[in-house]
Amino acid sequence: MSAADGRLLDVASLAVQLPVGGELRTVLHDVSFHIGPGEALGLVGESGSGKSMTARAIARLLPAGAVTTGTISYAGGDVTALKGAALRSYRAEVAMVFQDPRAHINPVRRIGDFMTEALRTNHGVSKADAVARAIGLLAEVGIADGQRRLEQHPHELSGGLLQRVMIASALLTEPRLLLADEPTTALDVTTQADVMAILDDLRRERGMALLFITHDLELASAVCDRTAVMYAGQLVEQRTSSQLHDDPLHPYTAGLVGARPRIDGDVTRLAAIPGRPRSAYEAPAGCAFADRCEHVEDACGEARPPLEPIEDGFVRCRRATELRGMLRAGGRHG
Amino acid sequence: MSLVELPTTAVPPARRRLAGRGLPLLRGTGLVGHLCAIVLLGALLVAVFGAAIAPHDPDLTNLSFAFVGRFQDHYLGFDSQGRDLLSRLLAGARTSILGPLVVVLLSMLFGTVLAIATAWKGGRFDTIVSAALDVLFAFPAIVLAIIASVVIEPGLKAASLALSVAYTPYIARVLRSAALRERSRDYIAALEVQGLRAWVICVRHLGRNMLPIIVAQGTILFGYAMVDLAAISFLGLGVQPPQADWGVMVATGQSGVLQGYPMESLCAGLCIVVVVIAVNLLGERLSDRSTLVTR
Repeated sequence: MSAADGRLLDVASLAVQLPVGGELRTVLHDVSFHIGPGEALGLVGESGSGKSMTARAIARLLPAGAVTTGTISYAGGDVTALKGAALRSYRAEVAMVFQDPRAHINPVRRIGDFMTEALRTNHGVSKADAVARAIGLLAEVGIADGQRRLEQHPHELSGGLLQRVMIASALLTEPRLLLADEPTTALDVTTQADVMAILDDLRRERGMALLFITHDLELASAVCDRTAVMYAGQLVEQRTSSQLHDDPLHPYTAGLVGARPRIDGDVTRLAAIPGRPRSAYEAPAGCAFADRCEHVEDACGEARPPLEPIEDGFVRCRRATELRGMLRAGGRHG
Repeated sequence: MSLVELPTTAVPPARRRLAGRGLPLLRGTGLVGHLCAIVLLGALLVAVFGAAIAPHDPDLTNLSFAFVGRFQDHYLGFDSQGRDLLSRLLAGARTSILGPLVVVLLSMLFGTVLAIATAWKGGRFDTIVSAALDVLFAFPAIVLAIIASVVIEPGLKAASLALSVAYTPYIARVLRSAALRERSRDYIAALEVQGLRAWVICVRHLGRNMLPIIVAQGTILFGYAMVDLAAISFLGLGVQPPQADWGVMVATGQSGVLQGYPMESLCAGLCIVVVVIAVNLLGERLSDRSTLVTR
């Protein structure tokens, strides 16, 4: 089923422009990554860096009038060209978990209707079977009284429960790829840990691929094999999670790693990256991070650096090899 | 019927208490809403059984009784042709209420389908359909009714068809904005990702969640349709005499008004006014409720 090179999802030079007040505005610029079957990739970045837009492009949920260039291919087929029945069967294999479950479930229908509708209308599963499967999956996400929950409306459930319902419903069609767009951001911290553990267990059990979007670098490296970092609508670094964490190559990644709070040691003030995050359309002409980078040189502003392969991933920085090893210290004290 | 009740909507406690009482369909419309519903239910019963419970034959003329007032069991007296007025009012309820009902159902159907289709498809389809509806806007309902009565034949059918077409742009425009708002809700995107067909989402989710607005608009429209249909009948292009109809009776009672016997026009006019006021008051309350609930 998957392509010859063993990639389930392959995103190459993806760029997206959205119409804003009559003009097209770039929100994604040259995003490339791939996910193999059963593999988990974390997508990390600040608000507005284009993480969610990437997921929406993959799920074919971009707003009307969006202009997409580059390719997104799933199991060898072009996703951007899918239509009708082909698009529906693609969507049966690629499920999505959203950030805010309350907004993403029709408030006037019962949980049972929400969970079983796709199974019954698209997969021809009988009502009794669909309900049985829903109850089974609810049990797997830690909701024991599934029968009762199916009769309830979304407003009767807490946020954490609702997010578990959302995860269970995403898994009902047995997808091969799960897009999780900040699935724990709207939940409180203890619930976050529960939901994350459930998501991680179910993924490993089923050998499902995962694109995990978060702004929590720590969480991404705990759950994902590889982590990609986005800044101003482009991918700046993509490495195996442990490498990214211990030996960041891009100054922005180093800044993120340095900015996270630490439980050991006395710190009176958390380190921060100077300046404010840039949107893709207002990024400087050369390196998008040039105006906030402490290692900037004149040449950085001249041309946008390409995403260059290094031993275990990719990095978009002219000085990556030169600065290697020096960034961690610089990031922590900067 | 389910109504969109978002838990996040901030409703003042007093309003919520009020909203919690009453019949499920009329919840939140208050005492006036319930009274109006009773009046309308009565009108509907008369429309269905009016001809059967009429004490006399509504079409039996007896010119020697012309304009005679209350007499024996003829409680409202007679019209210019000596027909029993009460029987004519009861029998006329059917066309007077059935006509607007057909108009409302048809124009709500056309309007809702167009509104959801344009909101869903957007782009060029939306532009073309909206432009076509704007053109239709330019024709007053009465003009369309005159054209229809020439093309088909004067009667209730032509008049209600013309009105249905004339009202469609109004409904489509109001509901399109509601559909656009609903379309942009996140749960619709979640349903799309589940791989559901567009029409399934439109019918089962989008359309269903718009029901409060659809019902409110339909109720208000009923009042307009009733008055317009009566006007068309008054002009002689709707229900044809001698068939009893409130609009026709207002028209044929004219001569009586001039001669000092206003009962026919007055009674028929009163029936129209009572039903229209009841419908409008109820529609207004339903509409308030739907904006309160979906905002």
